[in-house]
Amino acid sequence: MTLRFDIPEENFADILVKAFTNRSFLTGFVITIVVAAVAIVSFFWTPFDVTRLIIAEKTQAPSPAHWFGTDHFGRDILSMIMVGARNSIAVALVAVGIGMGVGVPLGALAAARGGIVDEVVMRLNDLVFAFPALLSAIMITAIFGPGALNAIIAIGIFNIPVFARVARAGALAIWPREFILAARAAGKGRTLITLEHVLPNIVTLLLVQGTIQFALGILAEAGLSYVGLGTQPPMPSWGRMLFDAQTRMVAAPWMAVFPGMAIVVTVLGLNLLGDGIADILDPKSRRQR
Amino acid sequence: MSLLEIEKLSLTIGDTPILRDVELSVAPGEVMGLVGESGSGKSITALTVMRLLPWAARATGHVTFDGIDILAASEDQMCALRGDDIGMVFQEPMTALNPVKTIGEQVAEGIRWHTRASRADAEDRARKMLDRVGLPAAQFPLSRYPHELSGGQRQRVVIAIACALKPKLLIADEPTTALDVVLQAQILDLLRDLVAENRMGLLLISHDLAVVTEMAERITILRHGEVMEAGDTARTLSEQLHPYTRQLAQASTHVPARPRTHAVGQDNPLLQVAKPLLQVDSVTRDYPGRRKSLLKRAAPIRAVDDVSFSIDPGQSVALVGRSGCGKSTLARMVLALDGPTSGTIRFRGQVITGKSEAELKPARRDMQVVFQDPYGSFDPRQKVEKLVGEPLHVLENKPTNTERREMVAKALHEVGLSPRDMDKYPHEFSGGQRQRLSIARAIITRPKLVVADEPVSALDVSIRAQILDLFAELNQKLGVAYLFITHDLTVARAITDQVMIMHDGKIVERGRTSEVLDHPQSEAAKALVAAAPDLHRAIARRLQEQG
Repeated sequence: MTLRFDIPEENFADILVKAFTNRSFLTGFVITIVVAAVAIVSFFWTPFDVTRLIIAEKTQAPSPAHWFGTDHFGRDILSMIMVGARNSIAVALVAVGIGMGVGVPLGALAAARGGIVDEVVMRLNDLVFAFPALLSAIMITAIFGPGALNAIIAIGIFNIPVFARVARAGALAIWPREFILAARAAGKGRTLITLEHVLPNIVTLLLVQGTIQFALGILAEAGLSYVGLGTQPPMPSWGRMLFDAQTRMVAAPWMAVFPGMAIVVTVLGLNLLGDGIADILDPKSRRQR
Repeated sequence: MSLLEIEKLSLTIGDTPILRDVELSVAPGEVMGLVGESGSGKSITALTVMRLLPWAARATGHVTFDGIDILAASEDQMCALRGDDIGMVFQEPMTALNPVKTIGEQVAEGIRWHTRASRADAEDRARKMLDRVGLPAAQFPLSRYPHELSGGQRQRVVIAIACALKPKLLIADEPTTALDVVLQAQILDLLRDLVAENRMGLLLISHDLAVVTEMAERITILRHGEVMEAGDTARTLSEQLHPYTRQLAQASTHVPARPRTHAVGQDNPLLQVAKPLLQVDSVTRDYPGRRKSLLKRAAPIRAVDDVSFSIDPGQSVALVGRSGCGKSTLARMVLALDGPTSGTIRFRGQVITGKSEAELKPARRDMQVVFQDPYGSFDPRQKVEKLVGEPLHVLENKPTNTERREMVAKALHEVGLSPRDMDKYPHEFSGGQRQRLSIARAIITRPKLVVADEPVSALDVSIRAQILDLFAELNQKLGVAYLFITHDLTVARAITDQVMIMHDGKIVERGRTSEVLDHPQSEAAKALVAAAPDLHRAIARRLQEQG
């Protein structure tokens, strides 16, 4: 018996259409692209040189020459924000990457295996969690020397238990569902089930946690730079700029406002992007223009 | 004069009309049955009477309860009515109680709130009420928590809460749907007694015609938010003047047409020499007991106790028992999803117990499963093509993408769905369609055995009839054997040749379906048969009562 069916082909254009009609994805996408572009442009060109100190021009208010004003060493804030974008974004992004890359598999493993594996993984997590993050980061950078790279590693390590916990909690809620039982009855092993059924169902959770951790990563980098263990001067970073501005809030508010805005806009953009991706990935929102 | 009078009730949520010109009345001491399929507006009607509607709902018409215009009443007036003069019993006893409060507190809560009685007085009344619903003080002190009770016991607590202040009207929304037939009969008896004692009006909402016929003097049949037919229960259902009434009644007692070729397994010499497809030998499954302290555990709980049986190729066997009797545990072991504590299971002559997942692959090809919940048994993130094609994973030669799409298309066609559906997601299907998807997934590898765990108990009667037909048709066409797990005897009667009755982890009776159901021998079987609601019997009894 041969049956002829009119089988519709899968349509990836659908997802693209969906992506570019999704308002939060689009807004987040544009913001993220702009921020990334600014960071890239700073490699080739900035309005002023951020390494030259011109004391005569210190703490100037925003003007046509210096759009965002100057800091207490006479450096142009706009230029510093552009260059700082590189460090801040790189540190936060890689730190989230490390946390996700190691934490999510660990959490998924703990949920899939249960028993002694779960116990061991989660207790190790607790151990890392139990240390005050900033203190341990200071310890790590004290041992391996200060610098952006060590800051990334230190912040990344403290992201691992966060993602492991979220992944495990999410996965534990998926495992007892009937469709997992159906997949097992179809002969699929734990790894395959985790990849095909568990992770796609907790991806929203992880994306939201990812954007939160990204914002925290920028702040953590700022904290490390403040105590002199993160980005080394004269390289600016958003966090450093904020802390420099702290004591001059009344005299030169622009020194705090503009780097702060940069952080807010970046985090907002990534949040919207994450929200949009989660929306697009959710089949229930598809085909409902 | 009626206690509750609903006149020309129309309701919209946003722009969607939910109810249209619904008319209904309940007199004191009367049981009114409200019947309809899911989405017909039964529960919304009940919630309108309680004024517990969603914010976006707009209701017009008149709802009069005991002289009060419900739709115009203030929120304070409604708060005084709810739980005092109108009580409500919900479907799901597992979630209707607050898990962190004792049953005593929960029953006393309403009494204290409405009567301003002291704690001691309220607890005293709560105690009396719990005694009344069959939860005596010796076993069920007020200090018990909901998780310490079974489903039927929890539903008794819910009824105690609803009836604690002797309401004039009780609304019971599918009060027994989550319970097995024996518990259902007990709860219905209790409700009937409470109605008689207090001359309480009862609005009984159910999708089960047989249950309503046993309980209600009058019946209202709802469909798409409109009343199709209303009137005396016995007359309405015996005359079946309205086409929809006829359709519902027929669907409730539907038996798929199937030639009894496999029914003669024992008598047919050809089949007798054939090796059994599935052979279960003295299988036992213990679950570790509750941890009492760091080192001490309670005695293990024996879920399945020394069970042996076999199923021949193409045979359709029902496994019937009350909830918690071990049916599902047994099914999981048959499917090699759970290992027995002792005993062996053979499938096609090969032992499948204690094997690794890789060794099980050949067996997995030939056995599949259909679950009860059409909503929970599909990954919401994947398309139908992947979901229905999932079992193809165990094939020796993995099909190419095109082959896979062909096979999925064919399976969808066989269960009455369109091949176009394969690019949809599960949420785009109705409950009945999802159960068809579930069956398509189960037959795609052409298995020899399908284990179906309560496959129709979550479905409406008309859809249930269609799915039973589909099972019967596939049994015949593909020669697939079924192990049908159910607590519903009508389902067993409709679809199976043999029936096994399970009780407390043991199989206590086995035989031809019709023989066991007509002449049950064991206590457990007798209890199940006696408790099972039967539409024809119920109508006959009502007609007889009326002379």
